[in-house]
Amino acid sequence: MYVPTMAELTAEGKKPDVLFWVGCAGSYDERAKKITRAFVKILNAANVNFAVLGTEESCSGDPAKRAGNEFLFQMQAMTNIEIMNAYEVEKVVTACPHCYNTIKNEYSKLGGNYEVVHHTEMLQQLINDKKLTIEEGEYTGKKITFHDPCYLGRANDVYEAPRSLINEMEGELLEMASCKADAMCCGAGGAQMFKEAEKGDKEVFIERIEDALETKADIIVTACPYCMVMMTDGLKYKNKEEELKNYDIAELIEQTLKL
Amino acid sequence: MYYLPNIFFIIIMVFGFSLFAKNIKKLIRNVKLGRDIDRDDNVSERWRNVLTVALGQSKMTKNPIAGVLHIIVFAGFIIINFELLEIIIDGVFGTHRIFSFAGGLYSFLINFFEILAFLVIVSVVVFWIRRNILRISRFHNPEMKGWAFKDANNILYIETLLMSAFLIMNAADFNLQQLGAEHYTLTGSFAISKFIAPMFSGMSETSLMVIERGAWWFHIIGILFFMNYLYWSKHLHILFAFPNVFYSKLQPKGELDNLESVTNEVKLMMDPNADPFAVDAGGEEEMGKLGASDVLDLNWVQIMNSYTCTECGRCTDVCPANETGKLLSPRNIMMKTRDRIEEIGKIVDKKGKFEDDGKTLLNDYITPEELWACTTCNACTEACPVQNDPLSIIVDLRRFLVLEQSAAPTELNMMMTNIENNGAPWQYSIADRLNWKDEDTKA
Ligand code: SF4
Ligand code: SF4
Repeated sequence: MYVPTMAELTAEGKKPDVLFWVGCAGSYDERAKKITRAFVKILNAANVNFAVLGTEESCSGDPAKRAGNEFLFQMQAMTNIEIMNAYEVEKVVTACPHCYNTIKNEYSKLGGNYEVVHHTEMLQQLINDKKLTIEEGEYTGKKITFHDPCYLGRANDVYEAPRSLINEMEGELLEMASCKADAMCCGAGGAQMFKEAEKGDKEVFIERIEDALETKADIIVTACPYCMVMMTDGLKYKNKEEELKNYDIAELIEQTLKL
Repeated sequence: MYYLPNIFFIIIMVFGFSLFAKNIKKLIRNVKLGRDIDRDDNVSERWRNVLTVALGQSKMTKNPIAGVLHIIVFAGFIIINFELLEIIIDGVFGTHRIFSFAGGLYSFLINFFEILAFLVIVSVVVFWIRRNILRISRFHNPEMKGWAFKDANNILYIETLLMSAFLIMNAADFNLQQLGAEHYTLTGSFAISKFIAPMFSGMSETSLMVIERGAWWFHIIGILFFMNYLYWSKHLHILFAFPNVFYSKLQPKGELDNLESVTNEVKLMMDPNADPFAVDAGGEEEMGKLGASDVLDLNWVQIMNSYTCTECGRCTDVCPANETGKLLSPRNIMMKTRDRIEEIGKIVDKKGKFEDDGKTLLNDYITPEELWACTTCNACTEACPVQNDPLSIIVDLRRFLVLEQSAAPTELNMMMTNIENNGAPWQYSIADRLNWKDEDTKA
């Protein structure tokens, strides 16, 4: 695995084409780290000239902003923007829809103007550009359902990229009763991830995992590290961790390509 | 004596319309009590939204049955009101069916209106059944008790009565034509009223005239009444939906606004060389109140949203928090905002300006428990047929709780402390941020 940092490349007088924004979950969460590595392996395989910020990266500020702490958000945003601008970053890719939304939509008003793409969009582009070829493999003919992350789908209207990747793998896509613009939230957004839910009669992730189970799919795919945590909790709650697997799209591709 | 009805008509018209104008003026004043926000950009896209979302009701047809019926009621309602023009002219000048000289065209129009009126009645009956017999759940959340529920049915009753009056009037009119009553221009029978007409056959000319005139007056007084009822009703959306959609947010749904006062402050903090006089320097005093604790801290579009809310509950129906039994209901956020702005409006009426009444939108109307249950998923804004944005109100109230009162739930405070200290919501060291690359167990 080749993971250059911005600092390293700059020291060598090189400049990457794209910054891979790993995000906090992708950096620290055990499950999400696997997704990060899967994506990096694909980038390596496709010979993408990328770099990460490494220890110079800091939280995008999304959970602080959604919790109402505009001050902390803007501190984070401006610190990150300062670093990215210093490296003259032009394009950013991330596997976290929350970072994606924040950097794409909210940094631009604070002086951070980048072309921001989600990793599913980038993977689709690599395939379109023939830099990546996915043939049939492990997931051909498998029943797959896709959970739309709110911050990718409704928040930014990206519905097709993840679905077309499932198609590339020739998986059988089974849609949940509520999907795309009507997809139900996993329950983690808006800083909910970091707190207990308010009093109610059910956890949101249980409601959502039931939607997924209804499709009778064998694999639940998502494209967000927080949705991933929620889907995993849901499967545990339903005692289905053995029967059903949940993956990020990047992991499916990693496995298909046997990276 | 002869002119008495005309004079009476003019008096009630003037009274009805001036009352209406007064209501509208008050509504506009209340909306303007909100903070300023610039929504004058991209005018062509805004007009396109008005055409598709407001006029074309593109979001209503997601549920085809309710959508199509609603379009019928809306179209019927608007189009039949063209009849109003004839009614006004007849009323003022004591004429009868002034436009009937148009002959074939006139018959065509009245036939068309009648069919629409009939379809409106059918749709309204279906709506009533959905609400009261099938008891569709979104019409029966806690916030729909009391006036909200009565209001919804009142609208259905008023619409039925108005449409029936129009049909009955034409039916009686037809019978009078048959009797050769003086004044009743021959127009022939019309599509729907011809089925009602036989019910009146054999009646005397006087009784028929009482029915015809009665229905005519009922129709016009009913319309004036309904117009003035809007102020107290969710039916206000028939007017407000248009400006509301026009001024709705155009940015991606995920984008929240950045507080500008905070930006200036943060810039100053981060750049020691910044000219302290270039931006609004100083402590929190100059930053002004952050977030919203009351309606007057919201912007005018948010207040307009609350007046436009149709109380349909589509938002609450898809809200993940509400679906799983939490207290939060985005519809209730809108309804409480309207209640509060109304209350503040009354204070302004009385005292000329707003004076603290010891209440605020936050706590007295909307509780922190509701606010903290929101996942900011945007299901509500996606579902809303009039482009309301309950989420923006939730975020503004959260901002006040966090920035002005440091009143976030403990776990969120911990999360934020972590971000401050080590740049991640969890307690990991920044130095470990790249560890993932050397932890490949598969390699
Ligand atoms: S954004 Fe908040 S209020 Fe709106 S539907 Fe999602 S959880 Fe409910
Ligand atoms: S906010 Fe919109 S969706 Fe919700 S009740 Fe009001 S009109 Fe309906």
